[in-house]
Amino acid sequence: MNTVIFRTFAPFLAALMVLFSIFILLRGHNDPGGGFIGGLLAASAFAIYGISNGVPAVRRALFVHPMSLAGFGLLIAGLAGVPSVFADVPFLTGLWVYPEIGGVELALSTPLVFDIGVYFVVVGTITSIALALEERHVD
Amino acid sequence: MAASSSEKIDLTGIMVPADLSPSDFLIVTPVVIPIIFGALLVMLRSKPNWQSPVAITGLILAMLGSFGLLQQVIANGPITMTMGRWLPPFGISFTADLMGALFAFTGLFVALSGLFYSRFASTTLERRYGFYPFYMLMMAGVSGAFLTGDIFNLYVWFEVLLISSFGMIVLGSDRVQMDGTMKYAFLNLIATTMFLAATGYLYGMLGTLNMADIYAKLRSTDLQGPAYTLALMYLLAFGMKAAAFPLNFWLPASYHTPRIVVSAVFAGLLTKVGVYALLRTTVMLFGEQRDALATGIAWIAGLTMLVGVFGALAQTDIRRIFGYLVISGIGTMMAGIAVATQTGIAGTVIYAVHSMIVMTALYLTVGAIGRLCGSTDIREAGGVYAMSPMLAVAFLVLALSVSGLPPTSGFWSKFVLVKATLEIGAWWLAALIMISGLLTSIAVFRIWIFAFWRGGPEGTRDGAEAWTRVNLESGYRLNAGLAIGLLMFASFAIGLAPENLLSISADAARGLLHPTAYTDSVFGGLPQ
Repeated sequence: MNTVIFRTFAPFLAALMVLFSIFILLRGHNDPGGGFIGGLLAASAFAIYGISNGVPAVRRALFVHPMSLAGFGLLIAGLAGVPSVFADVPFLTGLWVYPEIGGVELALSTPLVFDIGVYFVVVGTITSIALALEERHVD
Repeated sequence: MAASSSEKIDLTGIMVPADLSPSDFLIVTPVVIPIIFGALLVMLRSKPNWQSPVAITGLILAMLGSFGLLQQVIANGPITMTMGRWLPPFGISFTADLMGALFAFTGLFVALSGLFYSRFASTTLERRYGFYPFYMLMMAGVSGAFLTGDIFNLYVWFEVLLISSFGMIVLGSDRVQMDGTMKYAFLNLIATTMFLAATGYLYGMLGTLNMADIYAKLRSTDLQGPAYTLALMYLLAFGMKAAAFPLNFWLPASYHTPRIVVSAVFAGLLTKVGVYALLRTTVMLFGEQRDALATGIAWIAGLTMLVGVFGALAQTDIRRIFGYLVISGIGTMMAGIAVATQTGIAGTVIYAVHSMIVMTALYLTVGAIGRLCGSTDIREAGGVYAMSPMLAVAFLVLALSVSGLPPTSGFWSKFVLVKATLEIGAWWLAALIMISGLLTSIAVFRIWIFAFWRGGPEGTRDGAEAWTRVNLESGYRLNAGLAIGLLMFASFAIGLAPENLLSISADAARGLLHPTAYTDSVFGGLPQ
């Protein structure tokens, strides 16, 4: 995949896909979308960037190892249940707050935190697998 | 769009009316703490020196949580928390009864000892490949399986512990390890598929997955459907997981290949999760169907005991010997399930606790023997008694325990089981338990004579002082001594003062045979 067109275009495509994956993640509570599908989109963005510009470029762009991203996701997904301890309701109960920012009411909740955790777990694992596959092309 | 603050929804009939105190959250600690620490350890992959302390901290916290839970259950009976506040049976319930809480606490205690052992024994490479995260997530799966009150969720926890165990068993990637992993993974996946198929049928038949609800619906008068088929499928699936005859062959084919500590926790915990699931399904849920299958289960139990112990006598590698002894122990526990009186189930519960502690400890001693002698084959090992008297004492206590001799936990667990079989007149099952105990003692004392008493490898002359004396690093001695010592003292303490465990297991058995308190804790206080 060493064409000039693809190499030039892939970074923009990857950036756009990551942005779109975050949009998909955030609309996911009541509409189609969510952490899993958003994570898959973001992971395919990194995979495309890896195909066009090589795996080292992706690793540099990500700063941390993808497995650490997955661990972070699992961590905040687990922690998403903890606020229910302070609200005296069973573990993982959805808790909502509605702060008003700039005149717009924003619905924030623990399911959102959980979903972001899922997003990171999926991004981390699928990116790890994809990068490992892309790295081993010469054997 | 997400709901806004102006919409108010009436939650009665949808959600559990809840006003919990912090102590009610003890039921999730044995699962959530290992998951959170496992996730932290994944993030700390590049810091091999942090792995062990963080993991130990996590498991200590989880163990304290499970201990608190056990105390609560002893004081107040079964405790239920339905995740996300959804009304059971639609929400996923965690229900800790006495048996689940006791197993969760014992499991975490045993796993903590394994972590102490691995503190020195694990290499930097293994730490980088994620030994500790796998370990923590496996413990989350084990605790989750013990505490969940939902049969599909039980399947999920089985998957969690199975996938983590795949990661641990293949660590090192030797040829022989790959071979062991293939057998282990393939046969376990078949058992899991059977479990899932049975659960699918069950859901199709009853329309519920909550165990308390299943219990009630299986006993309703208008039950339509193949309850016996379901009971048999669960028996087959969990019998395979527990390595009961004739589905036991995967265990000795795989348990001698991984790292010592991995073999140890697998032998101690994973088959016992299978036994736990057997108790939960065949005894509690399918009680009536189990009664009809009792003779068959007794046969399985007897044959498992004998196959295990004869296999142990035929082997020369110590790890393989212990692999077969695990199987023999599973047979002994199945005997309690076959009897299924209160005493029988109590015997199975004590035996499971005893077996978790003792089998793990025995595998850990193999690690020390292997380091001292350079081999875990009894033909090549020797002189351990002179090299490490402390190890010899520990091994002796554990050998007595696994053979069922006083003053150890093994004695009381076999005592209760023999008593239970004699009470219902199954003298032949009692005789089989005794015979397998006798043969077990021959198998383990063969190790004692060859590896401990003989001066060196096979062919060493009597009284010869020709062996090469190996001194272990002090770090290994300290950590392995701590791990084996903790487990040995647990077995010894149960042997000397069994009253607490005997009464807890009797109550656990009563709770399993007459689970009204269990179902009340799930559905009690709910608007119907």
